[in-house]
Amino acid sequence: MILVLCEVKDRHLKKASAESLSAAQSVAASLQVPIAAVFLGAEATGHEEAQNYGAQHIFTCFSPNLAAYSSDLYAQTLITLAQEKKAKVVMGAATALGKDVLPRVAARLQGGYANEIIEILPGSGSFQVVRPIYAGKALMTLGFGDRVAVLSTRPNLFSLQEKKETAQIETLAAPTQDFKAIVKELLAKSTNKPDLTEANVIISGGRGMKEGANFKILEELAEALGGVVGASRAAVDAGWGLPHSMQVGQTGKVVSPTLYIACGISGAIQHLAGMSSSKYIVAINKDSEAPIFKIASYGIVGDLFEVVPALTAAARALKLNGA
Amino acid sequence: MKILVALKQVPDTETKIKINSEGTALDLSDVKWVTSPYDEYAVEEAMRLKESQGATVSVIAVGDDRVRDVLRNALALGADEALHVSTSEKCEDPFVVATYLANAVRDRGFDLLFFGNKGSGGDHAAVGPMVAELLGIAQANVVVKLTLEQGRFIAERQVESGLEVVEGNLPAVITTQKGLNDPRYPNLKGIMAAKKKEITALPLTESLSPSLQTLKLTLPPPRAEGRQLSGTPQEQAQALFVALQNEAKIF
Repeated sequence: MILVLCEVKDRHLKKASAESLSAAQSVAASLQVPIAAVFLGAEATGHEEAQNYGAQHIFTCFSPNLAAYSSDLYAQTLITLAQEKKAKVVMGAATALGKDVLPRVAARLQGGYANEIIEILPGSGSFQVVRPIYAGKALMTLGFGDRVAVLSTRPNLFSLQEKKETAQIETLAAPTQDFKAIVKELLAKSTNKPDLTEANVIISGGRGMKEGANFKILEELAEALGGVVGASRAAVDAGWGLPHSMQVGQTGKVVSPTLYIACGISGAIQHLAGMSSSKYIVAINKDSEAPIFKIASYGIVGDLFEVVPALTAAARALKLNGA
Repeated sequence: MKILVALKQVPDTETKIKINSEGTALDLSDVKWVTSPYDEYAVEEAMRLKESQGATVSVIAVGDDRVRDVLRNALALGADEALHVSTSEKCEDPFVVATYLANAVRDRGFDLLFFGNKGSGGDHAAVGPMVAELLGIAQANVVVKLTLEQGRFIAERQVESGLEVVEGNLPAVITTQKGLNDPRYPNLKGIMAAKKKEITALPLTESLSPSLQTLKLTLPPPRAEGRQLSGTPQEQAQALFVALQNEAKIF
Protein backbone atom coordinates (compact mmCIF):
# COMPACT_ATOMS: atom_id res chain seq x y z
CA MET A 1 0.00 0.00 0.00
CA ILE A 2 1.05 3.57 -0.71
CA LEU A 3 -0.02 6.10 1.91
CA VAL A 4 -0.44 9.64 0.63
CA LEU A 5 -0.75 12.31 3.31
CA CYS A 6 -3.28 14.78 1.92
CA GLU A 7 -4.01 18.33 2.96
CA VAL A 8 -7.20 20.32 2.67
CA LYS A 9 -7.44 24.02 1.89
CA ASP A 10 -10.67 26.01 1.83
CA ARG A 11 -12.60 22.74 2.34
CA HIS A 12 -11.13 21.15 -0.80
CA LEU A 13 -8.24 18.82 -1.53
CA LYS A 14 -5.12 20.96 -1.86
CA LYS A 15 -3.74 21.08 -5.41
CA ALA A 16 -0.30 20.01 -4.17
CA SER A 17 -1.93 16.93 -2.56
CA ALA A 18 -3.79 16.10 -5.78
CA GLU A 19 -0.38 16.25 -7.50
CA SER A 20 1.03 13.82 -4.90
CA LEU A 21 -1.83 11.42 -5.54
CA SER A 22 -1.22 11.78 -9.28
CA ALA A 23 2.47 10.98 -8.78
CA ALA A 24 1.51 8.02 -6.59
CA GLN A 25 -0.28 6.44 -9.56
CA SER A 26 2.98 5.66 -11.34
CA VAL A 27 4.48 4.30 -8.10
CA ALA A 28 1.36 2.16 -7.65
CA ALA A 29 1.69 0.82 -11.19
CA SER A 30 5.35 -0.04 -10.58
CA LEU A 31 4.76 -1.84 -7.29
CA GLN A 32 1.27 -3.21 -8.09
CA VAL A 33 -0.12 -1.91 -4.80
CA PRO A 34 -3.16 0.26 -4.03
CA ILE A 35 -3.12 3.96 -3.13
CA ALA A 36 -4.58 5.15 0.16
CA ALA A 37 -5.15 8.82 0.90
CA VAL A 38 -4.75 9.88 4.52
CA PHE A 39 -6.52 12.91 5.98
CA LEU A 40 -5.79 14.18 9.47
CA GLY A 41 -7.50 17.16 11.03
CA ALA A 42 -10.50 18.52 12.84
CA GLU A 43 -13.40 18.08 10.48
CA ALA A 44 -14.53 16.02 7.53
CA THR A 45 -14.21 18.03 4.33
CA GLY A 46 -12.57 17.58 0.96
CA HIS A 47 -11.33 14.05 1.56
CA GLU A 48 -13.74 12.42 -0.89
CA GLU A 49 -12.02 14.31 -3.73
CA ALA A 50 -9.01 11.98 -3.33
CA GLN A 51 -10.89 9.24 -5.21
CA ASN A 52 -10.77 11.46 -8.33
CA TYR A 53 -6.99 11.02 -8.39
CA GLY A 54 -6.65 7.29 -7.99
CA ALA A 55 -7.11 6.74 -4.25
CA GLN A 56 -8.69 3.31 -3.66
CA HIS A 57 -8.75 3.77 0.10
CA ILE A 58 -9.29 6.87 2.18
CA PHE A 59 -8.23 6.88 5.82
CA THR A 60 -9.56 9.74 7.88
CA CYS A 61 -8.77 10.77 11.39
CA PHE A 62 -10.91 13.76 12.25
CA SER A 63 -10.53 14.54 15.91
CA PRO A 64 -10.49 17.65 18.09
CA ASN A 65 -7.05 16.39 19.16
CA LEU A 66 -5.80 16.99 15.62
CA ALA A 67 -7.50 20.35 15.13
CA ALA A 68 -4.20 22.13 15.68
CA TYR A 69 -1.18 20.74 13.88
CA SER A 70 1.30 18.84 16.02
CA SER A 71 4.31 17.44 14.15
CA ASP A 72 4.82 14.55 16.57
CA LEU A 73 1.12 13.64 16.81
CA TYR A 74 0.68 13.70 13.03
CA ALA A 75 3.89 11.68 12.61
CA GLN A 76 2.77 9.13 15.20
CA THR A 77 -0.60 8.67 13.49
CA LEU A 78 1.07 8.13 10.11
CA ILE A 79 3.73 5.82 11.54
CA THR A 80 1.13 3.62 13.25
CA LEU A 81 -0.93 3.39 10.06
CA ALA A 82 2.14 2.66 7.90
CA GLN A 83 3.21 -0.13 10.26
CA GLU A 84 -0.27 -1.62 10.43
CA LYS A 85 -0.72 -1.60 6.65
CA LYS A 86 2.89 -2.57 5.96
CA ALA A 87 3.06 0.43 3.62
CA LYS A 88 5.89 0.32 1.08
CA VAL A 89 5.67 4.04 0.36
CA VAL A 90 4.58 7.02 2.43
CA MET A 91 4.35 10.26 0.53
CA GLY A 92 2.91 13.76 0.57
CA ALA A 93 3.47 17.19 -0.89
CA ALA A 94 6.61 19.16 -0.11
CA THR A 95 4.58 21.78 1.72
CA ALA A 96 5.53 23.32 5.07
CA LEU A 97 3.51 20.55 6.73
CA GLY A 98 4.76 17.72 4.53
CA LYS A 99 8.39 18.68 5.00
CA ASP A 100 7.80 18.94 8.77
CA VAL A 101 6.18 15.58 9.36
CA LEU A 102 7.60 13.22 6.68
CA PRO A 103 11.24 13.18 7.92
CA ARG A 104 9.96 12.03 11.33
CA VAL A 105 7.99 9.24 9.66
CA ALA A 106 11.04 8.21 7.62
CA ALA A 107 13.28 8.12 10.70
CA ARG A 108 10.95 5.86 12.66
CA LEU A 109 10.33 3.53 9.72
CA GLN A 110 14.08 3.51 8.97
CA GLY A 111 13.03 4.42 5.46
CA GLY A 112 14.74 6.23 2.64
CA TYR A 113 13.59 9.85 2.60
CA ALA A 114 13.62 11.71 -0.70
CA ASN A 115 12.20 15.21 -0.42
CA GLU A 116 11.12 17.62 -3.13
CA ILE A 117 11.15 14.96 -5.81
CA ILE A 118 10.45 16.26 -9.32
CA GLU A 119 10.07 13.03 -11.27
CA ILE A 120 9.21 9.37 -10.76
CA LEU A 121 10.86 6.78 -12.99
CA PRO A 122 8.50 3.82 -12.95
CA GLY A 123 9.79 0.28 -13.22
CA SER A 124 8.66 -3.27 -12.82
CA GLY A 125 8.53 -4.12 -9.13
CA SER A 126 10.50 -1.05 -8.13
CA PHE A 127 10.77 2.62 -9.01
CA GLN A 128 13.27 5.44 -8.83
CA VAL A 129 12.90 9.13 -8.14
CA VAL A 130 14.72 12.23 -9.29
CA ARG A 131 15.32 15.13 -6.93
CA PRO A 132 17.37 18.29 -7.27
CA ILE A 133 20.43 18.88 -5.12
CA TYR A 134 22.39 22.10 -4.69
CA ALA A 135 19.08 23.94 -5.24
CA GLY A 136 18.84 22.49 -8.73
CA LYS A 137 22.44 22.80 -9.88
CA ALA A 138 22.40 19.00 -10.22
CA LEU A 139 19.84 16.19 -10.23
CA MET A 140 20.08 12.96 -8.29
CA THR A 141 18.39 9.68 -9.21
CA LEU A 142 17.62 7.56 -6.15
CA GLY A 143 16.47 4.05 -5.42
CA PHE A 144 15.26 2.58 -2.13
CA GLY A 145 16.20 -1.11 -2.14
CA ASP A 146 14.07 -2.94 0.42
CA ARG A 147 13.44 0.11 2.54
CA VAL A 148 10.16 1.97 2.86
CA ALA A 149 10.32 5.00 0.54
CA VAL A 150 9.19 8.27 2.09
CA LEU A 151 8.69 10.94 -0.54
CA SER A 152 7.61 14.54 -0.81
CA THR A 153 6.57 15.84 -4.22
CA ARG A 154 7.58 19.36 -5.14
CA PRO A 155 4.46 21.45 -5.88
CA ASN A 156 3.75 22.47 -9.50
CA LEU A 157 5.87 19.70 -11.08
CA PHE A 158 3.54 16.71 -11.31
CA SER A 159 0.60 17.16 -13.65
CA LEU A 160 -2.83 16.23 -12.31
CA GLN A 161 -3.91 12.74 -13.44
CA GLU A 162 -7.63 12.22 -13.01
CA LYS A 163 -8.48 8.59 -12.31
CA LYS A 164 -11.89 7.90 -10.82
CA GLU A 165 -12.06 5.30 -8.10
CA THR A 166 -14.73 4.38 -5.60
CA ALA A 167 -12.80 4.46 -2.39
CA GLN A 168 -13.63 2.85 0.90
CA ILE A 169 -13.54 5.45 3.63
CA GLU A 170 -12.16 4.15 6.92
CA THR A 171 -12.03 6.08 10.15
CA LEU A 172 -8.86 5.82 12.22
CA ALA A 173 -8.84 5.90 16.00
CA ALA A 174 -7.98 9.36 17.24
CA PRO A 175 -4.62 9.69 18.96
CA THR A 176 -4.51 10.76 22.58
CA GLN A 177 -3.68 14.39 23.07
CA ASP A 178 -0.19 13.54 24.26
CA PHE A 179 1.77 15.89 22.06
CA LYS A 180 5.23 17.33 22.52
CA ALA A 181 4.67 20.45 20.42
CA ILE A 182 1.60 22.01 18.86
CA VAL A 183 0.64 25.01 16.73
CA LYS A 184 -1.05 27.61 18.90
CA GLU A 185 -1.70 30.32 16.38
CA LEU A 186 -1.25 31.28 12.73
CA LEU A 187 0.09 34.75 12.06
CA ALA A 188 -1.36 35.01 8.57
CA LYS A 189 0.12 37.16 5.88
CA SER A 190 -1.99 40.20 5.08
CA THR A 191 -2.55 39.06 1.51
CA ASN A 192 -4.44 36.07 0.27
CA LYS A 193 -1.89 35.37 -2.45
CA PRO A 194 -0.25 31.97 -2.84
CA ASP A 195 3.23 31.30 -1.52
CA LEU A 196 6.08 31.67 -4.00
CA THR A 197 6.56 27.90 -4.07
CA GLU A 198 2.93 27.43 -5.18
CA ALA A 199 2.61 30.42 -7.52
CA ASN A 200 2.07 30.03 -11.26
CA VAL A 201 3.44 33.45 -12.10
CA ILE A 202 6.30 35.14 -10.23
CA ILE A 203 7.62 38.67 -10.78
CA SER A 204 11.00 39.03 -9.08
CA GLY A 205 13.10 42.12 -8.46
CA GLY A 206 16.84 42.41 -7.87
CA ARG A 207 19.43 45.03 -7.15
CA GLY A 208 18.30 46.92 -10.26
CA MET A 209 15.09 47.89 -8.44
CA LYS A 210 17.25 50.47 -6.60
CA GLU A 211 15.00 50.68 -3.51
CA GLY A 212 12.25 48.78 -1.73
CA ALA A 213 9.51 51.29 -2.57
CA ASN A 214 10.06 50.59 -6.27
CA PHE A 215 8.73 47.04 -5.77
CA LYS A 216 5.32 48.72 -6.07
CA ILE A 217 5.63 48.52 -9.88
CA LEU A 218 6.26 44.77 -9.58
CA GLU A 219 3.18 44.45 -7.34
CA GLU A 220 1.16 46.20 -10.05
CA LEU A 221 2.42 43.84 -12.75
CA ALA A 222 1.78 40.86 -10.47
CA GLU A 223 -1.75 42.11 -9.90
CA ALA A 224 -2.31 42.41 -13.65
CA LEU A 225 -0.99 38.87 -14.27
CA GLY A 226 -2.41 37.14 -11.22
CA GLY A 227 1.11 36.50 -9.88
CA VAL A 228 3.15 37.07 -6.76
CA VAL A 229 6.32 39.08 -6.13
CA GLY A 230 9.72 37.61 -5.23
CA ALA A 231 13.20 39.04 -4.83
CA SER A 232 16.83 38.13 -5.29
CA ARG A 233 19.15 37.75 -2.33
CA ALA A 234 20.84 41.04 -3.27
CA ALA A 235 17.50 42.83 -2.90
CA VAL A 236 16.56 41.09 0.36
CA ASP A 237 19.98 41.79 1.89
CA ALA A 238 20.05 45.42 0.71
CA GLY A 239 18.16 46.68 3.75
CA TRP A 240 15.08 47.68 1.75
CA GLY A 241 12.72 46.06 4.24
CA LEU A 242 11.93 43.03 2.08
CA PRO A 243 11.25 39.88 4.14
CA HIS A 244 13.37 36.77 3.58
CA SER A 245 10.17 34.89 2.74
CA MET A 246 10.38 36.71 -0.64
CA GLN A 247 13.87 35.45 -1.44
CA VAL A 248 14.31 33.14 -4.41
CA GLY A 249 17.59 31.23 -4.75
CA GLN A 250 19.91 28.73 -3.20
CA THR A 251 19.51 30.20 0.30
CA GLY A 252 15.88 31.17 -0.27
CA LYS A 253 13.01 29.46 -2.00
CA VAL A 254 13.39 27.18 -4.97
CA VAL A 255 10.51 27.90 -7.32
CA SER A 256 9.12 26.35 -10.51
CA PRO A 257 6.33 28.61 -11.76
CA THR A 258 5.00 28.54 -15.30
CA LEU A 259 6.23 32.09 -15.80
CA TYR A 260 9.10 33.83 -14.00
CA ILE A 261 9.79 37.48 -14.82
CA ALA A 262 13.19 38.63 -13.51
CA CYS A 263 13.45 42.42 -13.25
CA GLY A 264 16.83 43.99 -12.62
CA ILE A 265 18.33 40.64 -11.61
CA SER A 266 21.79 39.97 -13.05
CA GLY A 267 21.59 36.23 -12.45
CA ALA A 268 24.10 35.16 -9.81
CA ILE A 269 24.62 31.38 -9.79
CA GLN A 270 22.77 31.13 -6.45
CA HIS A 271 19.72 32.88 -7.90
CA LEU A 272 19.70 30.84 -11.10
CA ALA A 273 19.76 27.69 -8.99
CA GLY A 274 16.50 28.71 -7.35
CA MET A 275 14.47 29.56 -10.45
CA SER A 276 15.96 27.90 -13.52
CA SER A 277 13.38 25.12 -13.47
CA SER A 278 10.65 27.69 -14.23
CA LYS A 279 8.84 26.81 -17.45
CA TYR A 280 9.24 30.21 -19.10
CA ILE A 281 11.69 32.86 -17.96
CA VAL A 282 11.51 36.49 -18.97
CA ALA A 283 14.53 38.66 -18.14
CA ILE A 284 14.47 42.45 -18.09
CA ASN A 285 17.85 44.07 -17.56
CA LYS A 286 19.79 47.10 -18.73
CA ASP A 287 22.97 45.08 -19.16
CA SER A 288 22.75 42.93 -22.28
CA GLU A 289 25.65 40.83 -20.93
CA ALA A 290 23.83 39.89 -17.69
CA PRO A 291 24.01 36.10 -17.10
CA ILE A 292 20.23 35.95 -16.58
CA PHE A 293 19.80 36.32 -20.38
CA LYS A 294 21.59 32.99 -20.91
CA ILE A 295 18.65 31.10 -19.41
CA ALA A 296 15.83 33.46 -20.43
CA SER A 297 13.14 32.29 -22.84
CA TYR A 298 12.50 35.96 -23.70
CA GLY A 299 14.99 38.73 -23.05
CA ILE A 300 14.23 42.44 -22.89
CA VAL A 301 17.29 44.68 -22.77
CA GLY A 302 16.06 47.95 -21.37
CA ASP A 303 15.22 50.11 -18.40
CA LEU A 304 12.92 48.11 -16.15
CA PHE A 305 11.33 51.34 -14.92
CA GLU A 306 9.98 51.83 -18.47
CA VAL A 307 9.48 48.18 -19.43
CA VAL A 308 7.61 46.98 -16.33
CA PRO A 309 4.89 49.69 -16.48
CA ALA A 310 4.54 48.97 -20.22
CA LEU A 311 4.03 45.27 -19.41
CA THR A 312 1.45 46.17 -16.76
CA ALA A 313 -0.44 48.39 -19.19
CA ALA A 314 -0.38 45.70 -21.89
CA ALA A 315 -1.46 42.98 -19.44
CA ARG A 316 -4.34 45.12 -18.21
CA ALA A 317 -5.43 45.82 -21.78
CA LEU A 318 -5.40 42.07 -22.47
CA LYS A 319 -7.17 41.33 -19.16
CA LEU A 320 -4.72 38.53 -18.28
CA ASN A 321 -5.47 38.49 -14.56
CA GLY A 322 -6.89 35.10 -13.78
CA ALA A 323 -4.01 33.04 -15.09
CA MET B 1 20.86 25.08 30.10
CA LYS B 2 22.78 22.88 27.69
CA ILE B 3 22.61 23.66 24.00
CA LEU B 4 23.80 21.60 21.05
CA VAL B 5 24.37 22.96 17.56
CA ALA B 6 24.80 20.43 14.76
CA LEU B 7 26.91 21.67 11.87
CA LYS B 8 27.23 20.57 8.28
CA GLN B 9 30.17 21.37 6.04
CA VAL B 10 29.15 22.17 2.48
CA PRO B 11 30.62 23.63 -0.71
CA ASP B 12 30.37 27.42 -0.84
CA THR B 13 27.11 28.46 -2.55
CA GLU B 14 29.09 30.10 -5.38
CA THR B 15 30.41 26.68 -6.36
CA LYS B 16 29.80 25.58 -9.93
CA ILE B 17 28.76 21.96 -9.62
CA LYS B 18 30.70 19.39 -11.64
CA ILE B 19 29.99 15.69 -11.91
CA ASN B 20 32.57 12.95 -12.40
CA SER B 21 32.82 11.25 -15.78
CA GLU B 22 30.93 8.15 -14.55
CA GLY B 23 27.96 10.30 -13.47
CA THR B 24 28.02 8.75 -10.01
CA ALA B 25 29.45 11.46 -7.79
CA LEU B 26 30.13 15.15 -7.63
CA ASP B 27 33.61 16.31 -8.59
CA LEU B 28 34.47 18.28 -5.47
CA SER B 29 38.18 18.74 -6.16
CA ASP B 30 38.19 22.56 -6.41
CA VAL B 31 35.52 23.22 -3.82
CA LYS B 32 35.82 25.81 -1.08
CA TRP B 33 34.26 24.25 2.04
CA VAL B 34 32.17 26.35 4.43
CA THR B 35 29.64 25.97 7.23
CA SER B 36 26.19 25.49 5.72
CA PRO B 37 24.61 29.00 5.59
CA TYR B 38 21.53 28.06 7.64
CA ASP B 39 23.75 26.64 10.41
CA GLU B 40 25.16 30.14 10.98
CA TYR B 41 21.77 31.22 12.36
CA ALA B 42 21.82 28.17 14.64
CA VAL B 43 25.25 29.04 16.05
CA GLU B 44 24.27 32.68 16.51
CA GLU B 45 21.05 31.82 18.37
CA ALA B 46 22.99 29.49 20.65
CA MET B 47 25.60 32.19 21.37
CA ARG B 48 22.86 34.69 22.22
CA LEU B 49 21.34 32.23 24.69
CA LYS B 50 24.79 31.63 26.16
CA GLU B 51 25.17 35.38 26.70
CA SER B 52 21.65 36.06 27.99
CA GLN B 53 21.04 32.90 30.06
CA GLY B 54 24.47 31.48 30.76
CA ALA B 55 23.92 28.40 28.64
CA THR B 56 26.79 26.14 27.64
CA VAL B 57 27.10 25.52 23.92
CA SER B 58 28.40 22.33 22.33
CA VAL B 59 28.82 21.92 18.60
CA ILE B 60 28.87 18.63 16.73
CA ALA B 61 29.59 17.51 13.19
CA VAL B 62 29.67 14.16 11.38
CA GLY B 63 32.30 13.40 8.79
CA ASP B 64 35.97 12.97 7.97
CA ASP B 65 38.72 15.13 9.43
CA ARG B 66 37.90 18.06 7.15
CA VAL B 67 34.73 18.83 9.17
CA ARG B 68 36.97 19.82 12.08
CA ASP B 69 37.27 23.18 10.28
CA VAL B 70 33.61 24.04 10.84
CA LEU B 71 33.87 22.92 14.46
CA ARG B 72 36.96 25.11 14.91
CA ASN B 73 35.08 28.04 13.39
CA ALA B 74 32.21 27.59 15.85
CA LEU B 75 34.69 27.43 18.73
CA ALA B 76 36.08 30.75 17.49
CA LEU B 77 32.56 32.18 17.70
CA GLY B 78 32.39 31.16 21.36
CA ALA B 79 31.20 27.55 21.53
CA ASP B 80 32.41 25.80 24.70
CA GLU B 81 32.86 22.28 23.40
CA ALA B 82 33.25 20.57 20.03
CA LEU B 83 32.31 16.97 19.26
CA HIS B 84 33.43 15.20 16.11
CA VAL B 85 31.64 12.03 15.07
CA SER B 86 34.43 10.77 12.89
CA THR B 87 33.69 8.76 9.79
CA SER B 88 36.18 7.56 7.24
CA GLU B 89 34.56 9.48 4.41
CA LYS B 90 32.08 12.27 3.86
CA CYS B 91 28.72 11.09 5.15
CA GLU B 92 25.75 12.45 3.19
CA ASP B 93 22.88 10.06 3.91
CA PRO B 94 20.35 11.97 6.06
CA PHE B 95 19.08 8.95 8.03
CA VAL B 96 22.59 7.70 8.73
CA VAL B 97 23.78 11.15 9.85
CA ALA B 98 20.66 11.58 12.01
CA THR B 99 21.21 8.18 13.64
CA TYR B 100 24.89 8.88 14.36
CA LEU B 101 23.96 12.25 15.86
CA ALA B 102 21.08 10.88 17.93
CA ASN B 103 23.30 8.11 19.33
CA ALA B 104 26.09 10.58 20.11
CA VAL B 105 23.92 13.05 22.03
CA ARG B 106 21.24 10.84 23.58
CA ASP B 107 22.79 10.70 27.04
CA ARG B 108 24.36 14.14 27.11
CA GLY B 109 21.32 15.98 28.51
CA PHE B 110 20.87 18.74 25.96
CA ASP B 111 17.82 20.99 26.41
CA LEU B 112 17.93 22.55 22.98
CA LEU B 113 19.30 21.07 19.76
CA PHE B 114 19.79 23.53 16.92
CA PHE B 115 20.19 22.61 13.25
CA GLY B 116 20.08 24.67 10.08
CA ASN B 117 16.69 24.08 8.46
CA LYS B 118 18.51 22.40 5.61
CA GLY B 119 22.05 21.63 4.63
CA SER B 120 22.89 23.63 1.56
CA GLY B 121 23.78 21.00 -1.05
CA GLY B 122 21.92 17.80 -0.20
CA ASP B 123 18.90 20.01 0.54
CA HIS B 124 17.25 17.14 2.41
CA ALA B 125 15.91 19.32 5.23
CA ALA B 126 15.70 16.07 7.16
CA VAL B 127 18.41 15.58 9.77
CA GLY B 128 16.89 17.91 12.41
CA PRO B 129 13.40 16.41 12.45
CA MET B 130 14.86 12.88 12.12
CA VAL B 131 16.97 13.43 15.24
CA ALA B 132 13.85 14.76 17.02
CA GLU B 133 11.98 11.58 16.12
CA LEU B 134 14.87 9.26 17.04
CA LEU B 135 15.19 10.98 20.43
CA GLY B 136 11.41 11.16 20.86
CA ILE B 137 11.37 14.92 21.44
CA ALA B 138 9.56 18.01 20.14
CA GLN B 139 10.53 19.97 17.06
CA ALA B 140 9.96 23.30 15.35
CA ASN B 141 11.38 23.70 11.87
CA VAL B 142 12.21 26.72 9.72
CA VAL B 143 12.13 29.00 12.75
CA VAL B 144 12.49 32.78 12.47
CA LYS B 145 11.74 33.69 16.10
CA LEU B 146 12.40 31.76 19.29
CA THR B 147 11.39 32.45 22.90
CA LEU B 148 12.12 30.21 25.88
CA GLU B 149 10.24 30.09 29.14
CA GLN B 150 10.41 27.56 31.99
CA GLY B 151 11.06 24.34 30.18
CA ARG B 152 9.06 25.34 27.12
CA PHE B 153 9.70 27.00 23.79
CA ILE B 154 7.60 29.26 21.62
CA ALA B 155 8.78 29.35 18.03
CA GLU B 156 7.52 31.12 14.93
CA ARG B 157 8.08 29.06 11.82
CA GLN B 158 7.60 29.96 8.15
CA VAL B 159 4.69 28.29 6.38
CA GLU B 160 2.95 29.08 3.07
CA SER B 161 0.29 31.28 4.58
CA GLY B 162 2.47 33.15 7.06
CA LEU B 163 3.99 32.15 10.40
CA GLU B 164 2.91 29.28 12.62
CA VAL B 165 3.42 29.78 16.34
CA VAL B 166 4.56 26.41 17.73
CA GLU B 167 4.73 25.77 21.46
CA GLY B 168 6.34 22.73 22.95
CA ASN B 169 8.33 21.16 25.72
CA LEU B 170 12.09 21.06 26.05
CA PRO B 171 14.16 19.22 25.10
CA ALA B 172 13.45 20.15 21.52
CA VAL B 173 14.97 20.33 18.08
CA ILE B 174 14.83 23.79 16.49
CA THR B 175 15.86 24.21 12.86
CA THR B 176 16.84 27.74 11.98
CA GLN B 177 15.98 29.97 9.06
CA LYS B 178 17.36 33.24 7.74
CA GLY B 179 15.65 36.08 9.57
CA LEU B 180 16.11 34.56 13.04
CA ASN B 181 19.15 36.75 13.77
CA ASP B 182 22.22 38.35 12.21
CA PRO B 183 25.14 35.96 12.58
CA ARG B 184 28.39 37.42 13.90
CA TYR B 185 31.86 36.93 12.49
CA PRO B 186 34.66 35.48 14.58
CA ASN B 187 37.15 38.02 15.94
CA LEU B 188 40.90 37.54 16.27
CA LYS B 189 40.68 36.84 20.01
CA GLY B 190 38.11 34.12 19.39
CA ILE B 191 40.16 32.58 16.60
CA MET B 192 43.28 32.48 18.81
CA ALA B 193 41.31 31.00 21.73
CA ALA B 194 39.75 28.36 19.47
CA LYS B 195 43.19 27.07 18.50
CA LYS B 196 43.76 26.03 22.10
CA LYS B 197 40.40 24.28 22.53
CA GLU B 198 40.10 20.53 22.17
CA ILE B 199 37.89 18.82 19.63
CA THR B 200 36.57 15.60 21.14
CA ALA B 201 36.51 12.69 18.70
CA LEU B 202 33.57 10.33 19.11
CA PRO B 203 34.37 7.09 17.28
CA LEU B 204 31.45 5.24 15.73
CA THR B 205 30.30 2.11 17.50
CA GLU B 206 28.49 0.82 14.43
CA SER B 207 28.58 1.74 10.78
CA LEU B 208 25.22 1.97 9.05
CA SER B 209 24.41 1.34 5.42
CA PRO B 210 22.84 4.24 3.53
CA SER B 211 19.05 4.59 3.47
CA LEU B 212 19.14 6.01 -0.05
CA GLN B 213 20.82 4.46 -3.08
CA THR B 214 22.33 7.14 -5.28
CA LEU B 215 22.08 5.70 -8.77
CA LYS B 216 23.01 8.63 -10.95
CA LEU B 217 23.91 12.30 -10.89
CA THR B 218 23.22 14.55 -13.84
CA LEU B 219 23.32 18.23 -14.63
CA PRO B 220 19.93 19.76 -15.38
CA PRO B 221 19.09 19.71 -19.10
CA PRO B 222 20.12 22.96 -20.84
CA ARG B 223 17.28 25.38 -21.39
CA ALA B 224 15.99 25.98 -24.90
CA GLU B 225 17.61 28.92 -26.67
CA GLY B 226 15.75 32.14 -25.90
CA ARG B 227 15.31 35.27 -27.95
CA GLN B 228 15.55 39.01 -27.49
CA LEU B 229 12.53 41.25 -27.95
CA SER B 230 13.31 44.59 -29.57
CA GLY B 231 11.59 47.93 -30.03
CA THR B 232 10.16 50.50 -27.64
CA PRO B 233 9.05 49.30 -24.20
CA GLN B 234 5.45 49.26 -25.50
CA GLU B 235 6.46 47.18 -28.52
CA GLN B 236 8.50 44.82 -26.33
CA ALA B 237 5.52 44.42 -23.99
CA GLN B 238 3.23 43.63 -26.93
CA ALA B 239 5.73 41.17 -28.41
CA LEU B 240 6.14 39.43 -25.06
CA PHE B 241 2.45 38.83 -24.49
CA VAL B 242 1.94 37.70 -28.08
CA ALA B 243 4.75 35.18 -27.54
CA LEU B 244 3.44 34.08 -24.14
CA GLN B 245 -0.06 33.61 -25.52
CA ASN B 246 0.88 31.93 -28.79
CA GLU B 247 4.11 30.03 -28.09
CA ALA B 248 3.96 29.41 -24.36
CA LYS B 249 0.15 29.35 -24.24
CA ILE B 250 0.22 30.61 -20.68
CA PHE B 251 -2.57 33.14 -20.90
